Amino acid sequence: MSLENAKKSKRKKKRNRLIFRSVILAVLIGATIFTIVSNSKADNSIYRAGDMAPDFQLQQVNNNNELETVRLSDLKGKGVMLNFWGTWCKPCEEEMPYMQSLYPEYKERGIEIVAVSLDNTEIVIDRFIDKYDLTFPVPHDKTEEVMDLYKVGPLPSTFFINPDGEITEVVNGALTLDRLEESFQSILPE
Amino acid sequence: MRKVKCECGHVNPLGTVLCESCGKPIAGNQHIDGNDGKKLLNMRYDGMARRSQTYTKSFVDRVWSFFSSVKVGVWLIVIALVASMVGTIFPQEMYIPPDAPNRAPSVYYEEQYGVFGLIFYQLGLHNLYSSWWYMILIALIGVSLVICSLDRFVPLFKALRNQKPKKHKSFLSRQRLYSESYEITDEEVVKLKEKLKKRRYKLTEANGHILAEKGRFSRWGPYVNHIGLIIILLAAILRSTPIFYMDEYVWVREGETTVLPGSNGEYYVENKDFILETHDDERFRETLEKEGMVASNYQTDVVVYKATRPIPGAEPELEPIVEDSIQMNQPLEFDGYELVQSGYQLNEFTNMTFKIHETDDSNEESLGTFTVNLMEPESEFVLDNGFRVVLDQYYPDYYLDDDGIPASETNFPRNPAFVFFVYPPESENAEVSFLGIGKNIDASGENEYKLGIADFEMHDVSGLSFKYDRSLPFFGIGAAIFMIGVIQGMYWQHRRIWINRTKDGELLMAAHTNKNWFGVKKDIETVIEDTNIKMVDDQQELDEKEK
Repeated sequence: MSLENAKKSKRKKKRNRLIFRSVILAVLIGATIFTIVSNSKADNSIYRAGDMAPDFQLQQVNNNNELETVRLSDLKGKGVMLNFWGTWCKPCEEEMPYMQSLYPEYKERGIEIVAVSLDNTEIVIDRFIDKYDLTFPVPHDKTEEVMDLYKVGPLPSTFFINPDGEITEVVNGALTLDRLEESFQSILPE
Repeated sequence: MRKVKCECGHVNPLGTVLCESCGKPIAGNQHIDGNDGKKLLNMRYDGMARRSQTYTKSFVDRVWSFFSSVKVGVWLIVIALVASMVGTIFPQEMYIPPDAPNRAPSVYYEEQYGVFGLIFYQLGLHNLYSSWWYMILIALIGVSLVICSLDRFVPLFKALRNQKPKKHKSFLSRQRLYSESYEITDEEVVKLKEKLKKRRYKLTEANGHILAEKGRFSRWGPYVNHIGLIIILLAAILRSTPIFYMDEYVWVREGETTVLPGSNGEYYVENKDFILETHDDERFRETLEKEGMVASNYQTDVVVYKATRPIPGAEPELEPIVEDSIQMNQPLEFDGYELVQSGYQLNEFTNMTFKIHETDDSNEESLGTFTVNLMEPESEFVLDNGFRVVLDQYYPDYYLDDDGIPASETNFPRNPAFVFFVYPPESENAEVSFLGIGKNIDASGENEYKLGIADFEMHDVSGLSFKYDRSLPFFGIGAAIFMIGVIQGMYWQHRRIWINRTKDGELLMAAHTNKNWFGVKKDIETVIEDTNIKMVDDQQELDEKEK
């Protein structure tokens, strides 16, 4: 009888020890995984393909375009190419003519180009628009708040957003005409 | 499972080195604590069975016993030390100097340090301290710390709680301090006990056997210390989350109000004035001439606003909440945030005033002036005397690009240049002028009127860090507990004196302490005064003498 009891208590002890050790190990492993994941996420590009594009509203400064302000959520149902650029940035300047050459055709097919300028002064944007005869909306992000919101690093940076408002592609650096057209195909509304 | 029965009747768990009850060394287990062939006992963890040393049954147990090894812990620390040293061979990515010719890490390391730099970069050592494997290494040290502590603390705690005054003779005689006395009377023992109590020993008695003990809590020192370390590691984990730590940087021009990054547009800051003061004390004139300018104060006068706005980018409504001066090392604190003076740029252009004069007027007598606001330039200026000037091109930071075409290098008015169209009164034909700092070019060479810079104003730009670190109190608590543990283990000693009596009046006295053997000998000397109890021999010293 007492031998049986002893055996029983030993088994219980063993089980408790296993539970105790498993719990401690699980907590430690959990903390480790959490640390590594949260550190790897701290990288600068917070919005990736698959995320919903955060909404914003900015003054539009292109006189060739009828919009006064651009609000991203107003463009739901359209594919959006959200481009961050500045007049002083050479690669931005290179891709602008490509964007303009595709714009009239793809606007008809339901794609909007939103080229957020990070310049300080409106006059340099105006002169730039005149130089390349841009007709798509150019919102002016003077305080760099929207740039900060999208965690944009070096310019240019482009987010392709599908008609549901979901980011399908993020491109850091200049786009070629072919690449641009390819990306447009993926965000065309049905 | 096998248990070990001691001759005193106590049943010990497998792996016990010294009987839990009477302390008699258990045959065949002495290797665990390295007692083989030694006269003195190793008193480590009081000879308790450390579970991890005996059971390796399930996977969990195997992992547990791996991490419970101090040897493993020490190796982990050594590996982490070596890895940390490797990371300091070349600067980490975040410390690549801002003025480096090319800051891209793929180029910088090879360019600067040759093939070793390339290897350094390709192995990912330029981001070593945030790499996954380095973090895992540190985490493993943490795991080892927790398991080592638990695996030793629990049995030690049990061992010290269940101490029996009666010990086996072979336990007593193999202690470092030991003596045998004969014909000791009860009165002498009473005297001894009183003196022990006076010296603040706690006495446990059973059948005339005595255990006198003091300073047991010093044995918990290392474990308290480890708890502190674990809290520090936890604080480091917390610091990697945005809830506990944020560090952003913002440039604000004098007179400008801008959003504070990382606040989700909740706060705006206005730079009212940036002040850079330098030492100009007469006493240091000579040194200052040699050294050049030495700054004595960096200061930004700011107003912080709380903003309400429907969505990012929309025009906010601002309400001032603090107005203060930020000086170096004297940050502005508000709502749990800190604004820290962290950088500056002097002398950006705010505005420039130009005058018009006739090209062949050697006195350059002004026919009229106009001012261009470089933060928000107008595109056309109409002067009182009928002149009309159109600002055709504006380059805030002028340079000639690779094709020799004027362009702007940055967004900021550091080196402004302009192309003006000057329309003389009642004329439709423009004269083109190009102006910049130190440049005044007449494109056609036939201009009747010339522009000149009459005046300009400048402003400074202040660089502010915007941050919070809510993990600091946890680091503080961890460090305090760490220190308490160190003090606990350092300044107190766990002293034990066993006094066992046999029926024929023989008295065996043995003593053990974890440090300061001199102290415990002094204690014994005092308590055995006026008795016939023999002073203990220091068997370790005897050992050495024999050799």
